[in-house]
This record gives sequence, C-alpha cells and structure tokens, in this order.
Amino acid sequence: MLDILGFIFISLGVLFLLLSSIGLIRMPDTLSRIHAGTKASTLGTLLVVIGAICLEHTLWLKLSLLALFILFTNPLSSSILAKSCIKNLEDIK
Amino acid sequence: MFIEIILVFISLSIFLSFIVFIKSKKLQDKIVSFDTMSIISISLFIILSISYKEPYYLDIAFVFALIGFIGTIIFARFNTLRSKYA
Repeated sequence: MLDILGFIFISLGVLFLLLSSIGLIRMPDTLSRIHAGTKASTLGTLLVVIGAICLEHTLWLKLSLLALFILFTNPLSSSILAKSCIKNLEDIK
Repeated sequence: MFIEIILVFISLSIFLSFIVFIKSKKLQDKIVSFDTMSIISISLFIILSISYKEPYYLDIAFVFALIGFIGTIIFARFNTLRSKYA
C-alpha cells in the first residue's frame, strides 16, 4: 500500500519537473522564466522526497534534511536572481 | 520497470533545460537554467539512491544542492555588479 503511494508521489513530482523545464523553453522573458523554472521544480523535488520517504523508511532523516534545505535555499536564490535582473529597483516601485 | 520510465523522464527534463542553457543569449537566462538543472539533478540522485539502495548517493545530492545554491547566488551578485559598473 505504501509502495503504491510512493510511486504516485514520485510520478507527480517528475511530472512537475518536466512541466518546469517545458515552461523554461516556452516562456519569453527572464522574469517569467524564473517564475516557471523555480517554483515548479521546488514542488517537484519536494514530492519526489516524500515519495522516496514512502519507499525507503530508513533514510527518512537525510531525506527530510535535504527537503528542508531545498525548501529554504531555493526561493532565496530565485529571489536574489530576480532582484539582480532588474536594473534599478525604483522603476518597479 | 517503473524506475526506468521515471529516469527517462528526468533525463528528458534535464536535456530540455540544457537546450535553454545552450540557446539563450543573456546571462540571466543561463543562470536560471543552471539553477533548474541543479534542482532536477538532485531529484535524479534521490531516485538513483532509491533504486540502487545505496545511501551514499544522498551525499552527492547534498553537494549538488550546496553547489547550485552558492553558484546561483555568486552569479547573481556578479550580474548585479556588472550592470552597476559597466
């Protein structure tokens, strides 16, 4: 039962990863590319981690530490990148 | 059988973001596609560690997460300074 749940979670995560890389090709602008590439891939990696915890119970500590690291650092790096793409911040405000 | 199909789809998504890395002209697009490639390869290593039942692949995933994060921040900083002084 738990194996089927893990397979479903891993399939959903891989679907989100594929959608993020397709959106990276389709989007015309840099800021919309950040929107497509970072959020969907964060969700996909978190779903893959949840499915891997369902499949292998003994690795739960390392996997949840990895999920926490991804959850903290990935939006931070995308925010810094989006801030560096804008030439001067006063145009946006 | 299931793991092979999953690995094919993950390799396809890494290849698609690598196409963006090759074809884009600006530096920002290259940084975004590099970030996406590093995140996708983290999940590739997680699935490899599940299929081979080796916990050592998770250490490689940690190293990829660290290098992707630090590389993205360093190149974003470089982009900011280049647009400021050039």
